[in-house]
Amino acid sequence: MSGEVASELRTTHVLDLAASGKRLDGRALDEYRAVSIEPGFIATADGSALVRLGDTVVAAGVKLELGKPFPDTPNAGVLTTNAELVPLSSPTFEPGPPQPGAIEVSRVVDRAIRAAETIDLARLCVTPGEKTWVCYVDLHVLDHSGNLIDAAMLAGVSALAHAVVPAKRFGVAEADYALAVGHLPIECTFVRLGDAIVVDPTFDEEQAAQGRLTIATDELGRVVAMQKGLVGAFSPDDVRSMVSRALAHGDRLRAAARGGPA
Amino acid sequence: MGSVGAKEVPVLLSPEGLRIDGRKLDELRPIRIRAGPLHQADGSAFVEWGANKVMAAVYGPREVHPRHLQQNNKAVIQCRYNMAAFSVDERKRPGLDRRSQEISKVIAEAFESVVFAEEYPRTSIDVYIEVLQANAGTRCAGLVAASVALADAGIPMADLLPAVAVGKIDGKIALDLKKEEDNFGEADLPMALVPQSGRLVLLQMEGHMTPEELSRSLDLGVAGCKVIYEKMKQALRDRYATTELPGGSA
Repeated sequence: MSGEVASELRTTHVLDLAASGKRLDGRALDEYRAVSIEPGFIATADGSALVRLGDTVVAAGVKLELGKPFPDTPNAGVLTTNAELVPLSSPTFEPGPPQPGAIEVSRVVDRAIRAAETIDLARLCVTPGEKTWVCYVDLHVLDHSGNLIDAAMLAGVSALAHAVVPAKRFGVAEADYALAVGHLPIECTFVRLGDAIVVDPTFDEEQAAQGRLTIATDELGRVVAMQKGLVGAFSPDDVRSMVSRALAHGDRLRAAARGGPA
Repeated sequence: MGSVGAKEVPVLLSPEGLRIDGRKLDELRPIRIRAGPLHQADGSAFVEWGANKVMAAVYGPREVHPRHLQQNNKAVIQCRYNMAAFSVDERKRPGLDRRSQEISKVIAEAFESVVFAEEYPRTSIDVYIEVLQANAGTRCAGLVAASVALADAGIPMADLLPAVAVGKIDGKIALDLKKEEDNFGEADLPMALVPQSGRLVLLQMEGHMTPEELSRSLDLGVAGCKVIYEKMKQALRDRYATTELPGGSA
């Protein structure tokens, strides 16, 4: 189909450009797109953020409800992360049950939040074995122009960083209070285009990519999660180089997620 | 709502006849419409209507999925109205429930009445509506957003479709109910108008009204639709006032 021909031509073009150190949108290989974060975008959520990463847009909403702890962790709260790649956001997404892509986004983000101990689950517990806060992080992709994982992660942690526990509404405390948020993990995704490794890929670059690596870091300079995706391979040296780049990008993005300048 | 404890019925109308947000009975909530905010879609629109936030996108005409829905003489119009889990006070389970499926159906049928579908046989025009923040009247906000998105996608249509709900609060007919009015009101009557012909292509009703009240409600709704119609046209003019190509930075 004409769409496939066009995308093959574009793939060749993306790879040709990368070979000479250039990108379709004029960015340098290690340049991240502009990020804007709008906390509190959704008034019906207990915490929320609208994140724009270039042309990629993700809305995140945090909801806290009272529920029962899992039987095997009676003293811990419950955290659930869910990503919706709704068909509104891309010509390639179709209606129906969650696709593997959406499941990957939610699981990678969820893993980073858990590993970084962003939320102290023990503090969510109200009565051990009986009653706890259940923290839902819902990620709603609105415009898919590449690098959904990073955008979803930013939206998720920004929403958490601004979340308020509705304790008064649920009758377990006199007043609502800010959700205690520890380390903020930040994902940083790279793709291989020939010999070049570029950060923050666009949709076209993801189509052309020969391997993708997502690295989550926290403010202590630790790597808290990684996810290799797509067909392709990276050498250990590639990975080491990406980790140091991820740490540098992470510091800047984290400040934005906390509410400072991007 | 259940676990959060039942709330008392609020006073919906002041002695002066003003509503909880200070509006008069025939007054709309503030509406902001932006055409073309999304980059992947062929057409899109974002509507902020009172405390509603609704995004709509249109893809097509394109191949029909699933294939068996294909029509040899016209395009099929498929609509998906969906609410985000965080769009309401108590988290909604993600995915389409029966209410969403019904709303999707009546919105698709409303658009079938105005889109020149016979121009694009064997294709699908896909209309996606995502409710990000809900405060009553989301199907009307979704319809308005989708209508602007269809125009933004360049789909030929007889007309834009403004929509609004009329309801009854404290026994009085009122335009464009907000959430508290909807929850504790006595009737809800959403409608979508084809302004050029003066006909309604979406009409639903729940509650109780006398024939006389219903008649007045229709007049009030049509008048409201005409106001919204102007805002929809203005959003499209604003979008194309610049020389920027569709899909460019918005």
